[in-house]
Amino acid sequence: MTNVVNETSSDLRVVGKSLPRVDAVGKLKGLTAYTDDMELPNTLYCKLLRSHHPHARVLSIDTSAALAMEGVAAVITGDDLPIKYGIMPTSQDEHALENEKVRFVGDPVAAVAAVDEETALAACKLIKIEYEPLEAIESIEHALLPPSDEPIHDYAGPGNIHRMGALEFGDVDQGFENSSHIREDIFFYEGNTHLPMEQHSAIATFVGDKLTLWSSTQNPHYVHRALARVFDMPMGHIRVVAAPHGGGFGGKSDPFSHEMAVCKLAMVTGRPVKCTLTREEVFYVHRGRHPVLMWVRTGVSEDGKIMAMHFRTALDGGAYGSYGPASMLYTGALQTTTYNIPAYRFEGVRVFTNKAPCGPKRGHGTPQPRFALELHLDKIAQEIGLDPVELRRRNYVKPYTRTVNHLRITSCGIEEVTDRVIEASGFLNRKRRLGHGMGFAISSYMCGAGLPIYWNKLPHSECIIQVNRGGVSLYCGATDIGQGSDTVLATVAAEQLGLWPTDIRVVSGDTDLAPVDLGSYSSRVTFMAGNAALQAAREMRDILVDAVAEKMECSPQEVMVADGKVGELTFEEAATLAQEKVGVLSTRGSYAPPPNIGGRYKASGVGPSPAYSYSAAVADLDADPYSGEIQLNKVWIAHDIGRSINSLAVKGQVEGGVYMGLSEAMMEAQLYRHGLHKQPSMLDYKSFTFFEMPEVETFLVETVDLEGPYGAKEVGQGPLLPVIPAVASAVHDALDVWVDEVPITPDKIMRALDAKAKGREGRYGPKNFPKISYPSIVKVPPFDASSSPF
Amino acid sequence: MGSIGSREVLELSVNGRSHELLVKPYATLLEILREDLRLTGTKHGCEAGECGTCVVLIDGVPQLSCLVLPGQIEGSEITTIEGVTNGSELHPVQQAFMDHGALQCGYCTPGMILSSVALLESNPVPSREEIKEALSGNLCRCTGYASIIEAVEDAGRFMA
Repeated sequence: MTNVVNETSSDLRVVGKSLPRVDAVGKLKGLTAYTDDMELPNTLYCKLLRSHHPHARVLSIDTSAALAMEGVAAVITGDDLPIKYGIMPTSQDEHALENEKVRFVGDPVAAVAAVDEETALAACKLIKIEYEPLEAIESIEHALLPPSDEPIHDYAGPGNIHRMGALEFGDVDQGFENSSHIREDIFFYEGNTHLPMEQHSAIATFVGDKLTLWSSTQNPHYVHRALARVFDMPMGHIRVVAAPHGGGFGGKSDPFSHEMAVCKLAMVTGRPVKCTLTREEVFYVHRGRHPVLMWVRTGVSEDGKIMAMHFRTALDGGAYGSYGPASMLYTGALQTTTYNIPAYRFEGVRVFTNKAPCGPKRGHGTPQPRFALELHLDKIAQEIGLDPVELRRRNYVKPYTRTVNHLRITSCGIEEVTDRVIEASGFLNRKRRLGHGMGFAISSYMCGAGLPIYWNKLPHSECIIQVNRGGVSLYCGATDIGQGSDTVLATVAAEQLGLWPTDIRVVSGDTDLAPVDLGSYSSRVTFMAGNAALQAAREMRDILVDAVAEKMECSPQEVMVADGKVGELTFEEAATLAQEKVGVLSTRGSYAPPPNIGGRYKASGVGPSPAYSYSAAVADLDADPYSGEIQLNKVWIAHDIGRSINSLAVKGQVEGGVYMGLSEAMMEAQLYRHGLHKQPSMLDYKSFTFFEMPEVETFLVETVDLEGPYGAKEVGQGPLLPVIPAVASAVHDALDVWVDEVPITPDKIMRALDAKAKGREGRYGPKNFPKISYPSIVKVPPFDASSSPF
Repeated sequence: MGSIGSREVLELSVNGRSHELLVKPYATLLEILREDLRLTGTKHGCEAGECGTCVVLIDGVPQLSCLVLPGQIEGSEITTIEGVTNGSELHPVQQAFMDHGALQCGYCTPGMILSSVALLESNPVPSREEIKEALSGNLCRCTGYASIIEAVEDAGRFMA
């Protein structure tokens, strides 16, 4: 079904091989204990009482009847957790339990700990809350108007505006003046959610003055910081363990109410407390893809060169800040990492609405503008009579260059990934017939955010390798959320130490046992934690080699490390020798991105990355002109991975990204009606099953990045991005109508066909972009190439 | 089934071992397996029969354990992921999942494996459409499904 082509050969022994994950056996045999599988003695069970109002003042909370119920150990409210928190320094706007007002249906108000879940749930029903409903804001347009009673938050504004940004690089007006052709388009991308198979779960204990939290979190370090803040405790007294993880995709990246609640209840009761969310609650916790309305205007020269681009976005943020300030800037940051745009203006706004809070989902803030940009270029190509692939090629960025917004491009396989999918799919020679279409798109993604979420100069990733009586342990705060980061780290170390990945015991995601890694977000782990592991492993190799060289009376260069041996000795013998010589065998590695990878203007923190991956996709489908139904036939995907650390794991990430992209392109949508989530269940929230998923052919392009570990770049997020516009473009190819809105569903296709039949534009999508008072534009001179080699 | 107070006495055979349990009449098989027998290899993703994560075999037939009540399973033989093989060996389906990278986060994996085992025991050389049909009630968010189909085909060839 899938063909993986590795393009570079090398003398690496384990890196790049197609090997099983190091954690496979436990998962296959049902032995891996995810958070809800853990059971501590004398545990209490927690349920949260959540608001059923989208927007209301909390007038009073009476917990007395719940507290009196048999089997109830404790009931807490916002009074017990008065300190606010939030993932970003600029969005400290959440109470674990709200006691002044609720902002969406599902906002937690109280928490009960009881002998079992059933009792806790029954006790929640006895809590009396008096609400005063306020006007609920449910759309971007509504949120932009002055609120009729009060804004959802009082710290932002004006009104329900959360954040705005306006930047210009180069002279955009001049660029448009010099253009021979200018086009404007409007697009909308509906919100959707992560839908991890595992519901969020957390267990806390409080023993002496030490708090421990096990949680299905992607980012134990940031949860650690949030707990220290909320409980006003030294970080040294708190331990956060990211338990084996049943899927994240960005949805377990924020600190959450249930995590705070179990910690507080463990403190109050002196007993372990567990909380596992129901599937319905997972939909309310959300933090998923923002709905984004987009307007784009581009000027091109006669030969199809982009002269200037102006991109406007408006994000529906839901009820809280979350990662929102970054999400908003990401909708404007990475347009330039694929196309050379000499003059670029971006204006963005994120508004608050009374819906479950949005945040980061695979591709964070970039799938929406990527969909818009790729379709917009298709339309330009059609208008100026140029092949859409050729138009893109004329504007591709080059390796080792800077973008107009100062992002540093290093290795760049954009031409190669294009070649692979275009050749394999026969895109250029496709036979045109009604109802059959092919679409092409490309994209780029970061290998980790260049800056941490809170300002600090510490390394982004740290790793310790210890060799003890021949056994190798690798300690790193990175969190394996299923993407395979433990396998990556073990493979990186095994290559240096002449071992097999399963010879390395990885201790990860634990703030006590492992040094900090910032977390599994922004596709940062392979690049950053991988480099930290590489440094520690090289150092360990040197210690072993030196000890063996001394014994063998030869130079260290003569000592080969491979196949479980160090020179003539077995690894275990070499380790014992070295331990006799130097004592404890422990080495360290750390990684921080180079300081010069981005610009130095306000809001320049979003976008820079030590490297960018590149992906290209072609989608082939049949679209029924009478029903609008789409049958996907095949997707070709090529990904510039830099170097594949484990081909099997990389292939899995590529296919998983394609799957998630297709599923959200065609059916996933987080929809509301009168403040209520319309489909908070896995049956009603539609996603792809085995039946919908088409054949995927995968090509890996290895550009060997100079700074990546063994040359590796990211794969977790990039391959999702081109899939969505490729599907939209294929629908146009099949039916000659544009659906400028995601998800692309049969009803929208039929409306576009209907419009065309009535002589109107064959299009479905938003018609207007609202008038928004963006702030005055910060003008940033384009990157000065004379000041730096690239 | 007898009862003591509000609880019912349930005789249940799981992975070849008989148990006599006192359960709530409305406890689901999922809850009995995970909470009473501490067989946590059976996962839960929705507890509403929507995701396939909690699939176990009841007399060899894949069923959603979150929708099964004690009264329906008295005298049945239940197979969970813990009972797919004896000892530390992997079942051919588990081995194929490992070799094909058909698991990532691993949370849907036990249900996916049990559905696959049931299919292959009745039909060792299934077509792709038959595999899709048999597994269509099991959702996976990580793999994109392709590697799972390859693993089931491969395991079938081994088992045939």
